[in-house]
Order: sequence, then C-alpha cells, then structure tokens
Amino acid sequence: MPILTANNVTKRFGGLVAVNDYSFVLGEGSITSIIGPNGAGKTTFFNCITGFYQADEGEIVFNEQKINGYSTDQITRFGIARTYQNIRLFANMTAIENILVGEEPRLKSFWIEAIFRTPRFVRDEQKAEEEAKRLLQYVGLTGLGDQLARNLPYGAQRRLEIARALASQPKLLLLDEPTAGMNPHESTEMMHFIRGLRDDLGITILLIEHDMRVVMGISENISVLDFGEKIAEGTPQEIQHNPRVIEAYLGSGTAGAGLAHAN
Amino acid sequence: MTTMQDFNLRKAINLGLIAGFISLFISVIGLTALLSKRQLIAGILTLGQLLIFLATALLSYQAAEKSSKKSTAVLNSVIVGLVSAIPLAFLIVFESLIDLRQFFVNISPDLIKIISFGQGTTTGIAILFAAMGLVGLIMSLVYLLPPQIRRSIITGLVATLIIGTFSELLTERLRVFFGVAFSKTIFQSKALLPSVAAIILIVVTALSFVWTKTGDGIKQRFDVIPDRQKRYLRVGNWVVLLIILFLLPQFLGSYLSEVINNVGIFVLMGLGLNIVVGFAGLLDLGYVAFFAIGAYTMAVMTSTGSLGVGHVSFWLALPVSVTAATLAGIMLGTPVLRMRGDYLAIVTLGFGEIIRILANSDMLKSFLGGAQGILNIPKPEFMGTVLIQPAQLYYVVLAGCLLAAFVSYRLSRSRLGRQWMAIREDEDVAKAMGINLVKTKLLAFAIGAAFSGLAGAIFASKLTSIFPHSFNLLISINVLCLIIVGGMGSLPGVVVGALILVGLPELLREFAEYRYLMYGALLIVMMLAKPEGFWPSAIQRRELHAFKDTEPVPDSTQTE
Repeated sequence: MPILTANNVTKRFGGLVAVNDYSFVLGEGSITSIIGPNGAGKTTFFNCITGFYQADEGEIVFNEQKINGYSTDQITRFGIARTYQNIRLFANMTAIENILVGEEPRLKSFWIEAIFRTPRFVRDEQKAEEEAKRLLQYVGLTGLGDQLARNLPYGAQRRLEIARALASQPKLLLLDEPTAGMNPHESTEMMHFIRGLRDDLGITILLIEHDMRVVMGISENISVLDFGEKIAEGTPQEIQHNPRVIEAYLGSGTAGAGLAHAN
Repeated sequence: MTTMQDFNLRKAINLGLIAGFISLFISVIGLTALLSKRQLIAGILTLGQLLIFLATALLSYQAAEKSSKKSTAVLNSVIVGLVSAIPLAFLIVFESLIDLRQFFVNISPDLIKIISFGQGTTTGIAILFAAMGLVGLIMSLVYLLPPQIRRSIITGLVATLIIGTFSELLTERLRVFFGVAFSKTIFQSKALLPSVAAIILIVVTALSFVWTKTGDGIKQRFDVIPDRQKRYLRVGNWVVLLIILFLLPQFLGSYLSEVINNVGIFVLMGLGLNIVVGFAGLLDLGYVAFFAIGAYTMAVMTSTGSLGVGHVSFWLALPVSVTAATLAGIMLGTPVLRMRGDYLAIVTLGFGEIIRILANSDMLKSFLGGAQGILNIPKPEFMGTVLIQPAQLYYVVLAGCLLAAFVSYRLSRSRLGRQWMAIREDEDVAKAMGINLVKTKLLAFAIGAAFSGLAGAIFASKLTSIFPHSFNLLISINVLCLIIVGGMGSLPGVVVGALILVGLPELLREFAEYRYLMYGALLIVMMLAKPEGFWPSAIQRRELHAFKDTEPVPDSTQTE
C-alpha cells in the first residue's frame, strides 16, 4: 500500500525546470532512495513534499490525502518529518531543547498555562522531557542533552537532527544525505541505524544519498533523477545495470566510479 | 634577539599610545575637568584623575597579560604607562606655548592644573610620567599576584572607588540614619577619608579573599544537599530578596527612590523588549510606541484636565492601557510577520515615529493635546492614600516589574519559550517543526507591548503630565542598549542593564552632557570585551563553557 504518491510533479524556477513531470510511488514501510547527479532536483522534490516549495503542477498524496498547498507546519502535523542536507539544527539551543521543539505537534498545553503551571502543563512538559531523553538515548547521545547543538561533533549533529525529526512521531521520514561527510565506518553505522528506524519503529524512509555503498546497501527501491526527470526506477540490481543510469553518472564524472564500485 | 621578541616593544608602545590618546581625548572634551569636582578620596583622588589613569591602568594590565614572561610583563606594563603619559605631556607643553583654548574650548587652566598636578610645566610633566609609570608598575604587579589574591584586590579596589564615587549620596544617607557625627567619621566634604578608604580596601579585599577560599566549599555543600532542601533554600533566598526589595525605599530616601522608579520603568520596558528581541529575535526599534500608547491611554482616561474623558481611577485605567498597548502590538505584528532582520527593524522604527508624530499632530490635538501634551494626570491612589512620594510609587513600579519578570521567567521555560528560541535560530525549520509562526510571533509582540504599555501607564501617572517628545526614538534605543549591555535574553541582565544605563547617569549628574558619548564608549567596549553582556543568560553562558562536561540531564524545568 502506498504511503506517498507523487503524480506528475513539476517545479520550475523561472526558466529552469528543477523537477519535471515526476511520478513516484512510495510503499508503506519501505526504504527508498532517490539518487541522481548534483542538481538533478532531488532536494527540490523533498522541498515540494514538505511544503517548503509548492509544486507548479501535479499532486502529492500522503496517506490518501492531497498535501500540496499545505504549509510546512501543517505537513509536519500530517506525519512527515525531514532532515536537511546541510544540518539545520537550532544551533544555540541544547540537544534536549532541539528535540523538545521537534515534539511540538504533539504538545497540547496552552501558553497561559505555563504562567500558572497548571497540572496539565506540568504533566505535558514532564512527558515531553522524558520522551526527549528517550530519543536522545535512542540515537546514542545519552549524556549530551545539555550541550548546545552547535558544540556537538558532526556525526552527533546528524543524529540529533534525526532525533528531532523522530520527535514528531512521523509516519514518513525524509533524510537528505544522512551520511554526507562521514567516513566509511560512520556511514555503515548510519546505515544500520536507518534500517533500525524502519524495523523498530515502522517508519517509512525516503532518502537522498550520494554514497552508492549506502544506497545499494539499504534501499529496497531506487528512483533516479537526472535534470529533473526520472530516468529509471527499480531495485538496486536493476539500477546498477541500467544503461541510462550509467550514462547519466558517467556523464557527470566521479559518481559513476562509485556506482561501478558498489557492484 | 629572543628577548626583543618577548619584549614586544612595538606592541607596548601601541597600547601606551592608545591609552594616552584616550586620556587626551577625555581631557580635551572637558570630562576630566568636570569630573574633578567629584572627589573620591578626600585630598587624594578625584574622579577626573581616576579617569585619566583608567585607560592606562586597563591597557597596561592587558600588556602584562599578553607578555610571555614575568620580567617582560613588568617592563611592558611600565612602558605602556610611560608612553601613555606622552600625549598629555604634549598637551601641557603646547598649552604653555600657545593658547589652545581658541581651538578647544575645554582646555582650561583648571584642566592643565589637574594633569600637571598643580606643579607647573616641567615638574608637572615629570610627575605625570612618574605617576603613569607607577600605574603601569602597579598593574603589572597586580597581574603577577596569584589569581585569588589578584581578584580579591581588584574587588576591593573597585568597591572602594564605587563608594568614593557616591560619597555625596552616602553622606546624606548616613546623616539621616546615624547622625552628622557618624557620617563625618567616614566622609569629609563629600569624599571618603583616606584612612576610611584604606580600611574599606583592606576589609573588602579580605572578605573577598575569604569568600573565594570558602565559596567553592559552600557551593559543593549546596550541591550535595537533597533536592527538597535545595528548594527550601532557593525559596528562602527569594523571600530575603523580596523583603529587601520591599524595605528598600526606607533606606533610599526620596531622591534615590525616584531614581529607582525610573530604573524600574526601564526594567519593565526592558523585560518586554527582551521577549521580542532577546527571546524571539525580532528586532523591534519602534518599541517606544507601546510605551506611548500605554501612557496616553492612562492620561486620557484619568486626567482631570480639559483633555481627560473618563476621570476614572488609576487602577481602572491600568488594564485598559495595557490592553490598548497589547492590541497595538498585534496590529504592528500582523503586517510585519513575514519580515526579518533589517527590514523588520526599519518598519518598526517607522511605526514608533508614526505614533509619536500622531501624538504631536494638530489632527489629534483636541484629543491628545499636540505638543502641549496632557496635564493633570492624577497619581495612583491606594487604600485611600494618594501615592505622591517616590517611595510610595515605588511599590507600584516594583509590582509591575515583579509581575513582568515572573511572566517572562515562566514563559521562557515553557513550550512558548522554546518556540521563540527556535524562531530566533531558524525560522524556516521552526515552521517545519510544526510551529505556528503567526501565533508565536504575535504573542511575542503582544506580550512585549503589554509590558511596555504597563510601563507607560505608570510613567504617565508618575509624571502627572506627558508630552510627545518624551516618546522619541532614543527611548527605544535606550531600552535596546540596556538589554544588550545586560545580556540578551537574560532577565537579571535587564535589571543590571537598566541600573547601568538609566540609574548611573542619574547619579552621575555631571555626565549628563556626555551621556551618549558614555553610551557609545560603553557599547563599543562591551561588544569587544564582553559581547554576551554583564549578566548573560544561561544559554550564552553555556556557549562560553562549550566543552566543559555537563551532567546528563538534571533540568530545573520539571521541579519548580
């Protein structure tokens, strides 16, 4: 059963067509990657799903509800969470506070209650904090809760960003290059971690990734974009032998080597 | 050759020249002569002299700090001291040759007398060099002391100088409480007696030393006591603080109460702007508008003059004023929701000016009185007594400040506080986290405006008459500055900032003309030396101790 369907999505910036007539079906509980050379429109597509951009044409359906036209906060409330290509944590807030902000869609207390510390507010905050600590532990950052996000090491920041995304209890998690800048060991760890998210929490995962080892290692499905258009779709095996994909990658240089290596 | 490098002659000379030119500058603009009228220690030190030495003292200390070896530290500091005397020495020489006063009106014979210690050109210059060199030497010696002793001595020095600066006020207070005879044993002709100054220096230094020795022990003992008792202690601290605040006017007398009331009104505004700028990161330069709206609402509703319409009591008009300001906050907030940073600053700046110009306009003259303002605003009445005295009005201001501080504190440690912080950090991501930007931003504007409206209402009633020119841009800038000086987003910082930027100028009346020069200098020094403010918020403090290991998660949000 599909959790997310994109039908003929097109996004233009002036004369540039960033995403062109892209259709895409994401099965519930799957791990799917979108790959493609730099500038292929992958992140733009993410932005269209999450409401940062509005698609010019086509529709995006999440859980049988059309979601284009909604703003980012509403889409988050529908159950989609994301991370960012260049980490965008709240740098001057602590790790715990970052996660607490992620829990926003689930918090119910009204601001005036905070002034009087009503029982509901206290209960709400206590629960939120316990949940935040649990998430912190889940992503392996126990004990770093009081550190400012910007003082955390790079890998920890990536994990914290995922914890923050998880805090909204999403059904679908979009990860934008989760292993960027990591060494092979770290990215293997991240791979296991992502698979755990699906296996333990049942969250559907859609990721953009350049590291072919990671892509081929964890994806059940891969969709390939080039110049905003889908040029291939299928299992890792199918993609690796698809001549159009190889051409697109060889044309763009280095990544082709990565694709060949992953064999 | 290596000694030459350690020595770093050029740097020392540079620092010395900077110090010298600072002293020269403050002398030429007339500050030194002016402040020499205020004696700190009878017959020994005036504020003007202190000011000449201040730059030299600070920079020679810095030179000592930067030196790699103890021996070079002393040398560098002395060089800084000696070099810093050069510009002033030139001033003395030139003044004796030509009449500099035609160009710089403030170079008076008095000034020359002060900087040459009343000893004529040659001897004066010799003494000047000796004194500056001595300052450098002392500072380097202070630097070379073990840190604990050094800190204690600096604390003692600062305390002595502060007490000396406010001799006049303290004399008056002592007279009231302990009689003339007692005050004469400490102060003479509005200055500290040298012997008393020495005693204060020694006592404060000793106390401070004892505290640094035992303070850590006390802190450790505090850390290990159970949470429940900790809470009692904290409550106890608050009770003591509240009692002190409650009894304060008894000790302050009329004049100081008035000063404190002014400080309090700015604290109130500062707390409001702190929510908008400090918490939510929305730079609002038209903040005075809400102050004006609160004040005018109070004036129109209560004035017994021709412009008053309601003639209602202060207490009835107060909530209306606050509501009016709050609504204005929402009105301003709505159109600027999508604006950020500089654009927001410009638009809010315009809004502030519009309100002032409207109050000043002929169009609204029949309601707001134009430039003549609104007169005959009654003072608040409480249980049958009219609060005429500053010491009585103090309680109204205090209640307002406590309320605003309480609300700020509770909100800052809540969901809404986190939402504000998140918006300040990254608006787009905050939105993507499910935060409703419209609601969150409007709440910041509205609550900030409410505090300002409250301040304005009290202000109007306190002054009994208001005029448009009391609500100019400088008020907004002042409030913003006090937040920055105190520490962005920090509640105690607002109080510290208000005391420094509003309280001090009131007490140092001589500064009046130089108020904005002092502001500028203070802000520049702050931004360079202590950008996080005098009393930074926990977050900013955490930033400074970035890699210090912190304990996992005992967080106060759940206990209190």
